[in-house]
Amino acid sequence: MDTPIISVPGGIEGALDRTRPQGKKGTYLEAIHSWIVTVDHKKIGILYICFGLIFLLVAGVEALEIRIQLLVPHSTFLTPASYNRIFTMHGTTMVFLVGMPILFGFGNYLIPLMIGARDMAFPRLNAFSFWISAFAGLLLYYSFIGGLGLAGTGTAPDVGWFAYAPLTERAFSPGHTIDYWAVALIANGIGSIGTSINILATIFCMRCKGMTLLRMPLLPWLYATVAFLVLVAVSPLTAAQAMLMIDRYLGGHFFDTQAGGSAILWAHFFWIFGHPEVYILVLPAFAFANEIIPVFSRKAIFGYPAMVAASVGIGFISLGVWAHHMFTIGMTSVGNAFFTLSTMIVSIPTGIKTFNWLATIWGGKLRFQTPMLFSVAFLFQWLIAGLTGIMLSVSAWNWQLHNSYFVVAHFHYVLVGAIVFMIFAAIYYWYPKMTGRMLDERLGKWHFWLMVIGFHLTFDLMHIPGLMGMPRQIYTYEPDRGWTLLNQLISVGGFIQAVAVLIFVYNLVHSYFRGAVAGPDPWDAWTLEWSTQSPPPAYNFAVDPVVASRRPLWDLKHPDDTDSAFE
Amino acid sequence: MNLFQTDVHPTNVSSASPTHAAPNPHITHWIKEKLKSRVHIWQLVSAAVTAASVPAWAAADPSTSVFSTASTPAREVHELSLFVLTVTGAIFVAVSGLLLYALVRYRSRSTDTAEPPQVFGSVQIELAWTIIPILIIVVLFLGTARVLFSIQDAPKPPSAVDVTVVGHQFWWEFRYPKYNIVTANELHVPLSTKAAPRPTFMKLTSADVIHSFWVPQLAGKTDLLPNRVNEMWIDPEKLGLYVGQCAQFCGVQHAKMLLRVYVDTPEQFDRWVAGQQKVQAEFGSPALAALPAAVNQQSARSAVPNLPPSMQTQAGSSLPPLSDAITAHSGQLVFEQQACINCHAVAGTVANGRYGPDLTHLMSRATLAAGATTNTPDNLKAWINDPNGIKPGSLMPAMHLTDRQNAQITAYLLTLK
Repeated sequence: MDTPIISVPGGIEGALDRTRPQGKKGTYLEAIHSWIVTVDHKKIGILYICFGLIFLLVAGVEALEIRIQLLVPHSTFLTPASYNRIFTMHGTTMVFLVGMPILFGFGNYLIPLMIGARDMAFPRLNAFSFWISAFAGLLLYYSFIGGLGLAGTGTAPDVGWFAYAPLTERAFSPGHTIDYWAVALIANGIGSIGTSINILATIFCMRCKGMTLLRMPLLPWLYATVAFLVLVAVSPLTAAQAMLMIDRYLGGHFFDTQAGGSAILWAHFFWIFGHPEVYILVLPAFAFANEIIPVFSRKAIFGYPAMVAASVGIGFISLGVWAHHMFTIGMTSVGNAFFTLSTMIVSIPTGIKTFNWLATIWGGKLRFQTPMLFSVAFLFQWLIAGLTGIMLSVSAWNWQLHNSYFVVAHFHYVLVGAIVFMIFAAIYYWYPKMTGRMLDERLGKWHFWLMVIGFHLTFDLMHIPGLMGMPRQIYTYEPDRGWTLLNQLISVGGFIQAVAVLIFVYNLVHSYFRGAVAGPDPWDAWTLEWSTQSPPPAYNFAVDPVVASRRPLWDLKHPDDTDSAFE
Repeated sequence: MNLFQTDVHPTNVSSASPTHAAPNPHITHWIKEKLKSRVHIWQLVSAAVTAASVPAWAAADPSTSVFSTASTPAREVHELSLFVLTVTGAIFVAVSGLLLYALVRYRSRSTDTAEPPQVFGSVQIELAWTIIPILIIVVLFLGTARVLFSIQDAPKPPSAVDVTVVGHQFWWEFRYPKYNIVTANELHVPLSTKAAPRPTFMKLTSADVIHSFWVPQLAGKTDLLPNRVNEMWIDPEKLGLYVGQCAQFCGVQHAKMLLRVYVDTPEQFDRWVAGQQKVQAEFGSPALAALPAAVNQQSARSAVPNLPPSMQTQAGSSLPPLSDAITAHSGQLVFEQQACINCHAVAGTVANGRYGPDLTHLMSRATLAAGATTNTPDNLKAWINDPNGIKPGSLMPAMHLTDRQNAQITAYLLTLK
């Protein structure tokens, strides 16, 4: 591949499949059957995404219940116990049943297409991973019915998404609520690990001819980092859940403080999973931005090697910052200082990424279609989330901010402002590839602007009650604290976001039947997935592609100015 | 002054919609402060102003704002936070300014279909935006470390007051080992001045699950863990009441695990200590120590050990055993014969339970049930009758007493001054 003269467009031309898709449709039963037994990475990817979107709606309803409850002090809309269940389920759902499935779904769908492969490395492991994750989701929600148990207490888990011991021990949480939570997360973890192994094997073994690691699009690079993080981080979570179950049923005392166990042990186990988990969720969001921002700026990504290094660097550094969730738990001053520094260091590669996106935009010709709008909002919101993250890493100040609404605002800035916004961007961007039809642009703009307004009303304001001393996870608050008006405005913002999401769902359904036909390459993009039909045939590429640069379709479209001449 | 509390009725959701909050003069303050906290550019200008004056939106009384500080650990953190806000604010302005400029400057014209020049990177620029953040981080880290070590590793002066804080689901136990005092939910500490420093050093632990002690005006939070002792200190420099609450989710009533800290003058504090000790000494004297057993057998009721002398005569002379009368004396009998004393202690009597709050000086406290309601006779009676009515999920059971028994116990508790 070092001789660009002979391989200007590579073998990409032959990969374009110009045969018409078959028009034959089976019965509904056959269609359902084909989705259940499928091992096709594209169908599994779409299953993952739909599964995640359904739970996004469920978790959204839970969020609205929380916001209704907090409209006024001493509200009786929810009982204290049900409020605790709702916020626990909201958090657990958003992380494990919305974030991870949607991101794995895009990984599944895009990675083989982007690296010129015909499927994932282990198609049947892929199907198994999805179905066990789906089972985990149903199991968690079955707790609403089955959690009652012989002790007659509780239904869904009510201990917060990080479920600090010893509150989860049987002395404090009788019944089966915690069991559903723990077993569901173990099952979900098995699915996550299976998918991660699959992603790593696919990326390292299945790349098409000519695609060296440094010619790979950034998305597979970031997914490789994510998969590595999942392998390292989900295992401690699974171990901790197993220890918890041993405590609860086999007389273990890992976290049973009344028998000499340690409460801090759980916190360490959870956060050594929990902090890398943040990056497991946010790196795919970065990956989408890495693909979308260049295409809509009409420029190659700025500083590709630095972007790769920064992403992998974030992966490694993020394994050494977990105890910044524990600055108030009573670590030594030296321990606190160490985790202050390690946390601040993460901001360096993250900063590099932000600046590189800025430089990609700089000098481009920006097209503000819906995917780009969400990406631009992401850039601003990620900047703010990063800066509040630096504030929280200042351990002495963290003593004040920890577990307050400031933290809630910060991580929603990350999880909604960055991740959910980039998930929306990704859906607008790749929906034409997945369905063959464009999402409606006008509805998309409505969705975007309502989402932005609602998001900022809710989460900008949410920092303030935290600074005013409002702790998180409280079902009600005192009227004399001065938090009421802020909470009401925050709730209004929540409902605006809900309207935006409803418009989005309508757009998804409407455009599936009525959307404009997309064609193989509606965005004039450059990576391999746009070289095949929309939706791609089961075999992806009629002929295995051969690439000579990072942007094979750019080379094809601009034979006079190819990337392969410069790389 | 209660900011934003103009007309919201804490009864139910349907009666108060978001539009209820009437505009008031504080909203302009609030907007200013909102700008201050998020668009950090204002910090540069107003850091000095903010440091000198309490922000208006933090003016709820008593305040729980982290920017309205009255103790060294909180104040040092406050000053550090202004520095961090200034730095992050400058970064925000610079980066978002560049981004905004690029978005406007490089938007495409619809007529222009040519591709822009392709730029793949620049080592110099990329090195610059790697090295500058490293320098910023060094500065932020050193600033943080200074405050971190100065607060966390502060030596304890000999004049310090020692308090042991024990977290319970869902209330606070305060013990003063040097003074032999046990109380609950309302902490009294002395004023600490530069001339006469008298900080309070707290050892924190928990009887059940993890809790967290947070009174924002006095210090950042420190967790209370079972099977472990953490430490924190405060040196309040202004008199008054400071409020806070549990900041680590600890179960169903985490939200109503409220905290009150009273900062007294040295004289007030000494008087409070003496008061808490005096009653105990009076009722726990050796002469009366033998009585509880007798009381328990319901045979000797000539004296009730835990009543003030003035009531002793009344109780001893005029009231029959197990009277129906609603008096402190009969109330104490009911209190001691029901399960109350399994959990509650009243020093000097047979009641020595440790699971619930110590009631020896219940009437010296302003609130009940860890701040869930005010300590009035009516609330007290309602609380005893049905704790779940006031604090659903509270671990105090309703004892299914008769109205008369409730009234009697209330009458008794009202004497525990």
